[in-house]
Amino acid sequence: MIKVENLHKSFGKVKAVRGISFTVHDGEITGLLGPNGAGKTTTLRMLYSLLPPDEGKILIDGLDPTTNAMAIKRTLGVVPDSRGLYTRMSARENIAYYGRLHGMGKRDIDLRIAELVETLDMDDFIDRRAEGFSQGQRVKVAIARAMVHQPQTVLLDEPSNGLDVMSTRALRRYILDLKDAGHSVVLSTHIMQEVAALCDRIIIIADGLIAADGTAPKLLARSGCETLEDAFVKLIGTEEGLLA
Amino acid sequence: MSGFGTVYRKEVRDNLRDKRSLFNSVLLGPILFPILFIGLAYFAGTKQQERAEQVLEIPVIGAGHAPNLVLFLEQQGVVIEEPPSDPEAAVRAQDEQVIIRIPSEFPEQWKAGKPAVVELIADPSRRESDIPMQRVRGLLHAYGAQIGQLRLQLRGVSPSIQTAVMVKDVDLSTPQSRGMMVMIMLPYVLMITAFTGGMHLAIDSTAGEKERKSLEPLLINPVPRWQIMLGKLSATATYAFVSLALTLLAFRFAFPMLPTGALGVDLNLGAEAIGGILLAVAPVVVLAAAMLTTLAALAKSLREAQSYMGLVFLIPMIPGLIFMVNPMKPETWMMAIPMFSQNLLIGEFVRGETVSTLWLALSMGSTLAIGFAFTALAATLFSRPRVVFSS
Repeated sequence: MIKVENLHKSFGKVKAVRGISFTVHDGEITGLLGPNGAGKTTTLRMLYSLLPPDEGKILIDGLDPTTNAMAIKRTLGVVPDSRGLYTRMSARENIAYYGRLHGMGKRDIDLRIAELVETLDMDDFIDRRAEGFSQGQRVKVAIARAMVHQPQTVLLDEPSNGLDVMSTRALRRYILDLKDAGHSVVLSTHIMQEVAALCDRIIIIADGLIAADGTAPKLLARSGCETLEDAFVKLIGTEEGLLA
Repeated sequence: MSGFGTVYRKEVRDNLRDKRSLFNSVLLGPILFPILFIGLAYFAGTKQQERAEQVLEIPVIGAGHAPNLVLFLEQQGVVIEEPPSDPEAAVRAQDEQVIIRIPSEFPEQWKAGKPAVVELIADPSRRESDIPMQRVRGLLHAYGAQIGQLRLQLRGVSPSIQTAVMVKDVDLSTPQSRGMMVMIMLPYVLMITAFTGGMHLAIDSTAGEKERKSLEPLLINPVPRWQIMLGKLSATATYAFVSLALTLLAFRFAFPMLPTGALGVDLNLGAEAIGGILLAVAPVVVLAAAMLTTLAALAKSLREAQSYMGLVFLIPMIPGLIFMVNPMKPETWMMAIPMFSQNLLIGEFVRGETVSTLWLALSMGSTLAIGFAFTALAATLFSRPRVVFSS
């Protein structure tokens, strides 16, 4: 469960987030939808305690990231916007490194990687060095290393960026599996279809503010539109960023 | 502290796989520097010997004014050559190294028993003419002395009467302390190695991590940032230390190959000296790793980090250069200056002297203190949210 109240963050003169409040419930997939530069990544970065908020309050399962960063980092699984791998190490070594950083033992790590290899279908490249991996393979490794410690809450920043159709389908199936296993998932995206296909709740962010918050049918009703795409355009009041 | 250990082991192993950088930063120095030393020593030694044994071919102007002097020179093995038309120009153009001019007043002065002037035309600023000039001067002195003695004896005076004071050199320098070139170069090479050995790892593990976009996910792990930074810094120091130890070992085997006769160098790098030097320089490795990590954490990109590293090269050079220009006698207060004190201490170790514990402790303590200050600075830089963003 994530509670966010009146979050603010500026970088110099640029006000990236200007008062965002929302709640994420367990066992749901929540989508942060918004055009590029709306403040999605900044909001997520404050959630996983990379950036301290200028103002406002965050509680993740009752813990505050500004005072309890280490505890929060243990409960979160994060696939950030940056998902660089160590190219001189194999996929397995990349994942195991994160397991050790989480304080896991060698046996636990081995077992967990075996599970992840199966669910994410990484059999043919798990022991290859990450040099020259495809985008899809890289995202899989980034997800696996974020999930190695079996976090309750999962944050994904634009997870399908740069993926082809097949990889995107596999990714969506995986996210739905996570929900079925009882995890709560927050994902940011600017892709409408992704939200429509996955999310139980949609939070539309534009220009650092929340433009709308609710289930897909509720958003459609509120905007009086036929399709989510029209609703989205109407709710954020511009077509900017949709083509990106 | 398990996070620290995990980061440390990962950086050491990961960078071991970067074979080319590993070779350049850790192994190239230990291979190249000793070869450079031996090569230089051989070159200098053989050149010196060559010039000392070469037949002197000296043009003499006005040979007719002093036939006996010319005869004496010929008896001493000098080949007398025809003088060029413009002797000054010939020396300046390096066609000739030394030319003797016997002025027309020579016979007159000679007969009158006055000091007869003989001119030596040479350019002493050219180092290659040093030895022929000294040889010619020596021969002319010998001739002058010989004639002077004969004159005194003819007048019934003992030649020794003109030697009021006789200077006798009592040489206290051991063969070790004569190895000046090695004494100046070795500390310098070791200081450089302390910096270069870990340079690549420092860049790769901070600025490189930023560039690869793997720093942000790394920092999301539940490990305090100072531990991550310390792991990277320690891996940097480890690489530098290994490179340093290998360099010293390589020199240990290279020293016996130095042409000792030609240079008067007979230095020993025994196990004790190596141990002492490693102990004295280890704090420099810590200081260097902390400085490199600080700079790399400041840099926004790999390129920027690399441009800083060029400047870092200058730091270990400064004390070495001061020492080269102005060799000083080691004093206690100098031991408080990082890198300079190690320069002096390495000299003491190589000369085979006993190094006072106070000096060693002072040198290590002061260097470590500054090293820790830089470590704290690096940790602060690493804790800023900004460290993640490359631009």
